[in-house]
Amino acid sequence: MSSSDDRIVEEFLIESHENLDQLDRDLVTLERDPASREVLGRVFRAIHTIKGTCGFLGFARLQSVAHAGESLLSRLRDGELALTPEMTNALLAMVDAIRIILTSIESTGGEGEGDYAAPIAALQRFSPARATPASGATPAPVPGFKKPVGKASPVAEPSPPRVTTPQAPAPRFTESQPSRLFDPLVDAGRIGRDKVDEAERLQKLGDPRRIGEILVDQGLLQPHEVLEALVVHGDAHGGGVTDGHVRVDVKLLDRLMNLVSELVLARNQILQYVGTHEFGALPATSQRLNVITSELQEGIMKTRMQPISTLWNKLPRLVRDVSTACRKDVRLEMDGKDTELDKTVLEAIRDPLMHLVRNAIDHGIEGREIRTVCGKPAEGRLLLRAYHEDAQVYIEISDDGAGIPIERIKRKALDRHLIEADRVEHMTDHDWANLIFLPGFSTAQQITNVSGRGVGMDVVKTNVEAIGGAVEVQTQPTVGTTIFLRIPLTLAIIPALIVTDGGERYAIPQANLQELVRLDTSAPAPGPSGPGAIEDVHGLPVCRLRGALLPLVPLRHALCPPDATFPRELPSERTLNLVVLQSDGRVFGLVVDEINDAEEIVVKPLVDHLKRVPGLAGATILGDGRVALILDVASIARHAGVINASGRSTSPADAASASAAECAGRRKLLLFRLNDERRVALPLERVTRLEEFASGAIERAGGREVVQYRGEILPVVRVAEMLGEAPGESDATMQIVVLPWRGRPIGLIAGRLIDIVEQIDEEQPVASRQGVAGSIVLQQRVTDVLDVDALVSNAGLEGFAPETAHAAGD
Amino acid sequence: MSELRQLCTFLLEGMLYGIEVERVQEVMSAHEITRLPARNAAVRGLLNLRGQIVPVVDLRHCLGLSARPVGVAPANVVVRSAEGAISLWVDEIGDVVEVSQDAFERPPAALNARGGELIRGAYKLEDRLLLVLDIARTLQSATV
Repeated sequence: MSSSDDRIVEEFLIESHENLDQLDRDLVTLERDPASREVLGRVFRAIHTIKGTCGFLGFARLQSVAHAGESLLSRLRDGELALTPEMTNALLAMVDAIRIILTSIESTGGEGEGDYAAPIAALQRFSPARATPASGATPAPVPGFKKPVGKASPVAEPSPPRVTTPQAPAPRFTESQPSRLFDPLVDAGRIGRDKVDEAERLQKLGDPRRIGEILVDQGLLQPHEVLEALVVHGDAHGGGVTDGHVRVDVKLLDRLMNLVSELVLARNQILQYVGTHEFGALPATSQRLNVITSELQEGIMKTRMQPISTLWNKLPRLVRDVSTACRKDVRLEMDGKDTELDKTVLEAIRDPLMHLVRNAIDHGIEGREIRTVCGKPAEGRLLLRAYHEDAQVYIEISDDGAGIPIERIKRKALDRHLIEADRVEHMTDHDWANLIFLPGFSTAQQITNVSGRGVGMDVVKTNVEAIGGAVEVQTQPTVGTTIFLRIPLTLAIIPALIVTDGGERYAIPQANLQELVRLDTSAPAPGPSGPGAIEDVHGLPVCRLRGALLPLVPLRHALCPPDATFPRELPSERTLNLVVLQSDGRVFGLVVDEINDAEEIVVKPLVDHLKRVPGLAGATILGDGRVALILDVASIARHAGVINASGRSTSPADAASASAAECAGRRKLLLFRLNDERRVALPLERVTRLEEFASGAIERAGGREVVQYRGEILPVVRVAEMLGEAPGESDATMQIVVLPWRGRPIGLIAGRLIDIVEQIDEEQPVASRQGVAGSIVLQQRVTDVLDVDALVSNAGLEGFAPETAHAAGD
Repeated sequence: MSELRQLCTFLLEGMLYGIEVERVQEVMSAHEITRLPARNAAVRGLLNLRGQIVPVVDLRHCLGLSARPVGVAPANVVVRSAEGAISLWVDEIGDVVEVSQDAFERPPAALNARGGELIRGAYKLEDRLLLVLDIARTLQSATV
């Protein structure tokens, strides 16, 4: 096949797949509303287009399947038959058959050897009588490629027999009738038809000029009139070119993405360099480079985003099939279809989502009779919601079914010793319900062919956690069950903590991070709370962290080959830096030389060569252009054989509540969301008030931003700007933290207040960030604790202060 | 007249080696790398090639030669492979030479020593021998 043929086939495949997805949806809609002529017409046209094109390309099997469907559809459209569920089944089977053949064409170039007699027979069963002229002989190919029929064809499609005759050419501008282009001008009386014809004749006699040029040269038309005619002409004929979308190869996007990441790094290097030298105008230029690069990066990121509807569009069909198989009535509702996710994330959650939907119908929603007895509407309701929050995507799958039978879960969990007896009394219903995510757990009394038993929910959990997400269930007897998925927006960029060990830097995904601890090994005896000295549990070094034993794993040993016996000696320094990590219910402290800083990193996959290295999830390129390895926390935990030494799982919530009780009286922090990625904290004791201002309240005075506050002029410092971070989203109102600085109030804009939390640990100092006292893990996110004095000193308020102090003094 | 081939040459312990020029993506001088935790010692680490992360394989180790003396900065020959680019550490980069198939000879049987199976043969140049590296086998041998 020539490459142009290949391209034609490829186009055909892409178009057909899109048509088929639409068909699935339309057929299900049609079943609910058989009278919709609009939907029926769309279904008919889609099949008709596929049939016509594959006839031209010589795909006989595909054509015969599509033809059988078209015959039935044409009778439905003509009102000779009424749609029954059996017909819908047959038509859906046809869609599946077409999909199989298309996949075969895509992978092998041929239609494959499949036998499609059954779906064809099923279709013909409903429309045997009418002898369509096209049914016997192979219909003649459609004479040329048409785009799939779009909005510009209000006229009903030709019925199948007419396909065999070439359609009249569309009234479009072709080589043979260039003079038609001037019809609008002729109609408007600006030029005589005879003049145009004359020019056309001249052209035919060999004049190389275009008709428009001839007419302009003859002084009959102005150039702009010709241009106008061209534009009008373009408008009149559908203007497919102006469609706002372009199909772009994902590989190209990946390459652009790569280049943009590089640009970001080059930008970072320049910024670092400029920050340490005197360069005249260069800082301003590099600042602009900074802004442009960030925007470019955001734009490129967006090209990879797709609405969740690309996934959800498959659900109406799935829900129909599953509910029919389970003999249940289910209505599917979807909210937030436009919520966008990165393509790779969408692919990763496809299977878990399908499984959850199947499960909700099979196990959640009750049968018709039971529902009626319970006083619920006979039709069950399955609601899917998706929304963005905090740079994450949340997906909820709720049903209004019977809820999860907590009692049965309790029995089963105890029967199978999935849970220790001494834990039982502390468990809430919510804890019990979430046991469904344990491997090998199933409460269904009957095994159905819809949901596989014993595997499923644990696989959902594993898959979702593999991409840094989380899953949780909430259930209420007889009211229903909701599954919550929390998914990162993108896998390409993740927040990470950079640490140094053995001279190399490593990135640790923040999703696994619990806290940072500095351990003083010389402490004489472990205190009641707070980290104590290192102890030994059967050769495993541990320390006590708030009363619980924390196994310690030195990073330099964690990446050793698996066959080597795992060395457990710890470095002999007086103080150890611990990164407390959590994976799969296991909590351990990774011992590293140095804790550097939090950074957004671009994840790059490792080549196959290195994929089998345990403990490594990938690599990334840091701001200085060097490669850093990304740690795979789960695999390190497994490799090091770390299980929580006490045998209890210390969930973050446990740890947090325990420490909250212990640490009452510790200082409190105001937690702000600076922008989508970054959180900062301010010690509460430094803050006078938190005020809300309209965004327009900011004025400029003395070269500074100020607001009027209680009769004074309050200079305002934007924290994001001072830290070189992107500003957060702007709202109609903004929160300003009022605090005293050198005896007078100033305002800080630090984004939105999200919480007030107890500071449990000392913040860890971070290198090279002015205005930040240190980093701390709060709510499993690395958070910068601001050093207000350093931050404000950098803002250059010195020159400003006396002037306003004077103004305030009046 | 038999066909001519172009080989990208480089030096290892004073010997001249070559790779088909089509397999070579680029050559570059010493480049900072990030060390990998102790694995197959032939894979020395990763380097950043304009945003692409490329593993670095030390040819001295693959071929069973002595370790590179401290202070000698290795040069990089970046080759294309099915898995993407891979950089080979060599001592020094040479010219691209054109060789005639007539001058080619299979490796002597005695060359079965360590690393010998990675040599496809030798071109007899006027003044010296040019050993041709079997890239596929070399990369295979360096697999973690």
